[in-house]
Amino acid sequence: MALLLLSAVADIANTPDLLSRGAVSASLRFAVPIVLAGLGGLWAERCGVINIGLEGMMIIGTWMGAWAGFQWSPWVGVLAAIAGGAVFGAFHALMTVSFGVDQAVSGIAINVAALGLGRFLSSIFFEGQPGGGISQSPHVGQIANVSVPGLAEVLDPIAELETPVISDLAEIAIGMTTGVSLLTLLAAVLVFLSWWVLFRTSFGLRLRACGENPAAADSLGVNPNRMRYAALTVSGALAGLGGAFLVTVASSIYREGQVAGRGFIGLATVIFGNWMPGRLTIGALLFGFTDALRTRQETTMTALLIVGAVVFAFLTVRAIRTRNRGATFAYAIAAVGLGWWFLGFGVVPSEFVGFAPHLTTLLVLSLAHQRIRPPQGIGVPYRRSEAN
Amino acid sequence: MIETRIERLLLQLIAPVVAIVFAALLAAAILHFTGADAGSVLGEVVAFGTTPASLVAVLNKATTFYLAGIAGAIGFRMLLFNIGIDGQYRLAVFFAAVVGASVSLPPVLHVTLIVVVAMAVGAGWAALAGYIKVTRGVSEVISTIMLNAVATGIIAYLLAPGRLAERVAGSNNIRTPPIPSSGWFPGFGVAGKEVFGFTLVAVALGIAFWILLNRTRFGFELRASGLSLRAAAVSGVNSKRMIFVTMVMSGGMAGLVGIPQLLGSSHQYGLDFPAGFGFTGLAIAILGRNHPLGVAFGALLWAWLERSSQILDLLGVSREIVTIMQATIVLSVVVAYEVVRRVNVRRQQKLVGRSEHEGIDNGAAA
Repeated sequence: MALLLLSAVADIANTPDLLSRGAVSASLRFAVPIVLAGLGGLWAERCGVINIGLEGMMIIGTWMGAWAGFQWSPWVGVLAAIAGGAVFGAFHALMTVSFGVDQAVSGIAINVAALGLGRFLSSIFFEGQPGGGISQSPHVGQIANVSVPGLAEVLDPIAELETPVISDLAEIAIGMTTGVSLLTLLAAVLVFLSWWVLFRTSFGLRLRACGENPAAADSLGVNPNRMRYAALTVSGALAGLGGAFLVTVASSIYREGQVAGRGFIGLATVIFGNWMPGRLTIGALLFGFTDALRTRQETTMTALLIVGAVVFAFLTVRAIRTRNRGATFAYAIAAVGLGWWFLGFGVVPSEFVGFAPHLTTLLVLSLAHQRIRPPQGIGVPYRRSEAN
Repeated sequence: MIETRIERLLLQLIAPVVAIVFAALLAAAILHFTGADAGSVLGEVVAFGTTPASLVAVLNKATTFYLAGIAGAIGFRMLLFNIGIDGQYRLAVFFAAVVGASVSLPPVLHVTLIVVVAMAVGAGWAALAGYIKVTRGVSEVISTIMLNAVATGIIAYLLAPGRLAERVAGSNNIRTPPIPSSGWFPGFGVAGKEVFGFTLVAVALGIAFWILLNRTRFGFELRASGLSLRAAAVSGVNSKRMIFVTMVMSGGMAGLVGIPQLLGSSHQYGLDFPAGFGFTGLAIAILGRNHPLGVAFGALLWAWLERSSQILDLLGVSREIVTIMQATIVLSVVVAYEVVRRVNVRRQQKLVGRSEHEGIDNGAAA
């Protein structure tokens, strides 16, 4: 359905790059750090703690990844990044769970501290190294890519037929199976693993119970404080891995400002995905897709205007059916606005594309709020002696 | 009498003092670990930070921080986390600069217009977050983070040659046109340097905030809601209205954050305009316990740390150690407040227990 739409749009707007293998693999590359940050947010929030510090934990991940990566090997860098993120995740738990610090305060302090630490540590460990400086690290090796052998050769002729849809499918398949980083595969495994642990094991049930109603969980013999320590450590580790991906796959260097708000977008995908790992991943892929398009062709963005208009028109129809007048109104305005934009200007300034994920999150939050269901105990500190 | 006023004040002061000492010790430990001589570095920093030029710079910077801190404190009083201060003030100062440069008015009126535009834009941007919080229950923490990104995009789009800005000849900087001198806020000279005139306005705003909190019905309802939203709602406070109004006020104050700089020295908005005061404001509000005086102290401390850290680079120490110190201060002050609170509760319980005991004993004797 969505594919049909995109395929048609690529034809209409004459932007073949929209579904090329390059765009697909770039989207994947942009999406993985967001997925990992999102999973980090998911683990924390499912246990009742908001982790605004994800951004900072990713920064720590990038730094640790580069520091260990350039000295030993990229894989050691990945491990160091995971460890660094986990330490900061545990620190967030120490602050919020043991010391009763407000979750947002602790998260913000971690973000600020991570920025400062990154620069400070770089000035000690990277300055003077070949290519290194206060705002960047020496060259770090990359994690190896793998491809499904033989598949590209089989699919290439199909892709070159230029039959709508089928060729596009072939392009996507090639993009997703050729030159895929091992870390991307690891991320895919982690999405599945997160779902399995959180929703199919008794540990996950207990963890989620602490996010819904910690007092009730406590009365049944689950220690919410210990659970939150565990959840936040995992959360930090995932964010750290996301940082490592930026250093060892998306680039081959640590650079200041490299995380660029991906931790916050990760938080947004948690909401977007309604606190479920699968949907969160779809959200992250969408955000990755817009990111990838922005860096490729300006005209490609124009195509997205049509996509947006059609999607909003579809949502309008659905809102009319459910008699949600406010949403009908808002979606209709969006649909007409985007359509008019396409016909009238035909260009999207790249500055606007930059905040598309954020705007989408705001819209989703404010328009679809009946359908989203956050964990009930989220953001509420739990103190055993004061439970009621 | 369970405790005296002085005792209570002392208990309030313990936390920040402990936090600052702890952060300083940590910084010294890091310096020592990296091979620098902590004692002499500290001496140089203090010497540089107390020169007259530094003190004036600190005062100017503290004005900006103070406004950001008050913006944060207004929100905190209502249990609102206005992470959007950053976006609100950048959008506000940008539009204020654009409007200020495009009109010509008599001096006082011109400045007033710029200030009003800034407050209106900041308040309007915050109102979006307030509105979806009240009507749709969207947490302001998330919505303001997202609105910050949107504000960044809008400014990036408009601040381009041919739109609302122009390229500065011979550099990469892009700026809005300069505001004519009728729209400048005169400063006053101290020790050969100029202090922003807006500093006085900031002080007045701090006093106004105190009066609003402690001497008006709105302030009473605000404090009551901040202590317990449910209890206040039961006693007749319209909590939705309170949330919305508080958010708008916080945004309006945030809109002023860039104004001292705009009216006092740069007179135009450009890529080089200082940014990123949002988190600073929240940190200062936390440090100052949302009290106008406490926030002033926090703003001065922050500004002093930032100013005196400039000497660090010359001493071969990365000045980012100050950022680490600031984060440490925020976290340890919150922890210290919490510890003091718990100790205090226990102490009061003990005192109450003892006085009740005495009462019973007396009754038995009688």
